[in-house]
Amino acid sequence: MMRSNLLLSAFGAFAVLAAGSVILPDWAMFLFAMALAKGLVCLGIVGMMRGGLVSFGQGLYYCLGAYTATLVAGSFGVSDIFLLTLLSAGVCLLVGAAFGPLLANYRGIFFAMLSLALSMVLYGSLSKMSFIGGTDGLNIAAPTFLGWAPEGRPLQTALYIYVTALVVIAGTLMRIFFDSEQGLITLATRDNELRVEYLGASVRNVMSYTYVFGAVLGGIGGTIAVLALGHVDPEFAFWTTSGEFVFVAILAGYLSVPAVFVAAIILEMVRSFSNLYFPNTWQLALGIFLLAVIVMLPNGLGSLVRRRKEDAT
Amino acid sequence: MDLVATILVDGLIYAGWLFIVSVGLTLVFGVLNILNIAHGSLYAIGAYASASLVGLYFAAGGDAVPWGSYAALILAAVLVALVLGPLLERGLLRFFYGRDEVLNVLVTYAVFLILEDVMKLIWGVNPYFVYEPYTLLGDVEIGPLFYVGYDFAVIGAAIVVGLAVWLTLNRTKIGKIVLAVIHDSEMSETMGVNVPRIYLGAFMAGAFLAALGGALTAPMISVTPGLGVNVIIVAFAVVIIGGLGSVPGAAIGAVMVGISRAASVHLVPEAELFIIYFVMAIVLLFRPEGLFAKTQARKI
Amino acid sequence: MKSTRMGGALAALTVAAGLAGPAAAQDDTFKIGVITFLSGQAAESFGVPAWNGGKLLVEMLNEGGKMPAPYDTKGFGGLNIEVVVVDEAGGATKQVQEFRNLVQREEVDAVVGYVSSGDCLAIPPVADELKAFTILYDCGTPRVFEDGSFEYVFRTAAHATMDNVSLARYLKSRNFDVPSFAGLNQDYAWGQDSWADFTGSMAQLFPDAEVKTALFPKFGAGQYGTEISALLRERAAVVHSSNWGGDLQGFLIQATARGLHERSQLALAAGDHVIPQLQDKMPDGVILGARGVNGLAAKARGGELQELTDTLWDAYEAEYGVFPVQAPFRMWQALLGLKTAVEKAMADNGGTKPTDEQLAAAMKGLEWDAPSGHIEMALADGHQAIQPNAIGTTKWNAEEGRMELVDVEYFDARCVNPPEGMKAQEWLAQGFPGAKCD
Repeated sequence: MMRSNLLLSAFGAFAVLAAGSVILPDWAMFLFAMALAKGLVCLGIVGMMRGGLVSFGQGLYYCLGAYTATLVAGSFGVSDIFLLTLLSAGVCLLVGAAFGPLLANYRGIFFAMLSLALSMVLYGSLSKMSFIGGTDGLNIAAPTFLGWAPEGRPLQTALYIYVTALVVIAGTLMRIFFDSEQGLITLATRDNELRVEYLGASVRNVMSYTYVFGAVLGGIGGTIAVLALGHVDPEFAFWTTSGEFVFVAILAGYLSVPAVFVAAIILEMVRSFSNLYFPNTWQLALGIFLLAVIVMLPNGLGSLVRRRKEDAT
Repeated sequence: MDLVATILVDGLIYAGWLFIVSVGLTLVFGVLNILNIAHGSLYAIGAYASASLVGLYFAAGGDAVPWGSYAALILAAVLVALVLGPLLERGLLRFFYGRDEVLNVLVTYAVFLILEDVMKLIWGVNPYFVYEPYTLLGDVEIGPLFYVGYDFAVIGAAIVVGLAVWLTLNRTKIGKIVLAVIHDSEMSETMGVNVPRIYLGAFMAGAFLAALGGALTAPMISVTPGLGVNVIIVAFAVVIIGGLGSVPGAAIGAVMVGISRAASVHLVPEAELFIIYFVMAIVLLFRPEGLFAKTQARKI
Repeated sequence: MKSTRMGGALAALTVAAGLAGPAAAQDDTFKIGVITFLSGQAAESFGVPAWNGGKLLVEMLNEGGKMPAPYDTKGFGGLNIEVVVVDEAGGATKQVQEFRNLVQREEVDAVVGYVSSGDCLAIPPVADELKAFTILYDCGTPRVFEDGSFEYVFRTAAHATMDNVSLARYLKSRNFDVPSFAGLNQDYAWGQDSWADFTGSMAQLFPDAEVKTALFPKFGAGQYGTEISALLRERAAVVHSSNWGGDLQGFLIQATARGLHERSQLALAAGDHVIPQLQDKMPDGVILGARGVNGLAAKARGGELQELTDTLWDAYEAEYGVFPVQAPFRMWQALLGLKTAVEKAMADNGGTKPTDEQLAAAMKGLEWDAPSGHIEMALADGHQAIQPNAIGTTKWNAEEGRMELVDVEYFDARCVNPPEGMKAQEWLAQGFPGAKCD
């Protein structure tokens, strides 16, 4: 019953999002595709947030995924989007698996700051490597889809549908994970870690899993973002990029999966319009928006749904 | 003069600056449990305010007594603390006490964004200069090198600031109360401590120290937009190395980073960018919560 | 339940975005999107002065008859010029998004922008994808057209190789004795590339000079005490720096206080733009360039472009109270180039507003006069400009209270730019083949 409901919602979400490929104007479809790609990264943070950890360095995997795709595409002429996504996800899986158990020992602000330091080391290293463009970064050619090489609007549509499908798959998997035994342990960790340990579960393992999952999502998000943008630079790993992901995660809250993507789209829109209408004070506008959200929705957008649902019952 | 001495002198000058910009951050975290990204903005505002004030001082005929410009520098930091301290703490941060640490980081990030543009609205994008205080103390010749006397004054200021903060916390009644609030604010409140006032005082002290850092730096740079963003990361690193909330930790963190950075510039310039993270990684590997972290009881 | 609610929100957003209609330009206006730094470190040095200059020129053109011939016609070929300005701060990711918004949502007729090299590398593929006519007006990296070729993208300023080649040539022609040199450059692509160009040029012109330390402090570092100690210890004959803005000002203040300029000859690749701020705090005898015959070097040049230069120079000084430095000159040369291209395209198509294709065809290989000299789109199959350059030495005029540039040497565009079809680094490595220095 639960599962079929979930599948139904997944299909519903896909249908709604995919409809965007028809009604959205070009600029908005691109904005949505970018927002959804970043949303994937944020989904990884939300997974960790359920366990009470917030990574301030998710830019590490976003950047790693993007550079993996770009370097593979540039050196071996691979342009297939499926292959590139798989490769980046694989690299991020390995790196995440290496750092995950190490970081799982840390909590709260230390976890946040250490993950931030890791991504800043990647930022610094890439900035130094002038043979791959240094701070100026690299370009990547448009992707192909199993041999099909679209251009213009069809390319944007294909990318958009691709990221939509990934979003729905990742979101569904995340939901299944949330409702699984491990997922519930994660949630319990958020409330009280010690109790969970006394009950015989390993907090460290759970945290490592969510971290690695977040790493893979980060890599996938970075790959799609770079394919949409056509350009990657070390800024992908800078702390302000990671800060933006955290903001989306906070805006969404840890209660609802779709809320993450709604939050990501809202942020992109706010930024894009404030940039145009207040070119001199867009940071001010963004900051006020941030504060307003934090003050008015302390548990994120997801809490809106949760609250209504509780009212109903 | 041999290389080792140069490295030491350069390292200590940088460490003095680092300590001043990071001690306020650690103090605010210790008391309010908020890692304040807007610390960087307060630093930048301190720099702007002192540039304006010193400019005014000389415009009003301060040339006769140029030493007065040092008073203007410090006064600027005081003004920033008096205006922005209550505004940010009473107006905003107090609504977030006891909330998630990371959420609070985001709150201060929002403040940082807002202040970036507010500074631009007040001071514009053109640079401000106040060289007078920088050259007033003359040169110091050490071996074949010249140093500016002002650089050593910054070290002196760092020592004074460090001692003042440490003595206040450990040797005065108010300091004892602050330590009690740090340890357990609820218990302090039941014992009759006016906790909100302590919070306000600590935040204003932190704001003053951030602004002082900016004010003391202003004479040796051009004060331009985007000044704050670079300070935040180094200050964070120093504070994390020393242990969040620890004043001696910030001092030792600053010296470690300062000297390793100087060594790197003189010996392996390519590594300069990484040195601060390297020190941080090494320290956290052995002391996961920094050098002087307060131990916290895990609540069941 | 939860998902459908959120799905509803998504659908609402989707529809809202679908409905937000574009603001299309009319037939009697030419709408340009201008992207330049309005915040961050580059705002003060480049972004804001550039757009101050640009705004002034657009106003003068829209009024008509304010500029000397051939720029005395109104607007762009009679079309009124309308401008949308976007802040360049925020990184290449943001810029690609904003570029798409400008082209697809605001439907601008041309985009003029980009100071940051990273942005200049990220934008061209998108511009070609959208078939949107784009002028890169400021950025320096030679990679834009060396690593790719683009139909709709043009750079109206010479790339940065010229700056450092000129610096080395100046040292040579003024007979400086350079047994050794050192460098302090910002730790990002601009600083790294500038240092590579400078060492490359020096290896050709001063093959015996020893390279002492190469320092790369972090961008925006502010504190140069340690670096200055290292430079003082090295006692290199020349200290090279391509720093700009606050980083250059901070470095100069701290270096002169410690006498670095008395121990070594300072050579600044792009140093002219800090003169109005530093005034007499800029020491005498510093060799500097302005990335083109811009600022003081343009004012001192004389010749037939004097009237054009003076018109804009005086208007700028009257409006903003300072003299224009390099950034407004590059904006002017971009806008005047665009004007020339629009009018050429209109002459060819019978006087209607040109399409992106017609504009690109008109711009290719174009030549025009700007206050910074004669600009030729000579490289990268007519997409990359070359322009003359100048290097001079600072001298404070105490009587009039202003900085002057003395011993100025003007270099022909073909003397300091690589020839068509050759990459900048190869050109340096092979000893400037094909350079024409009269």
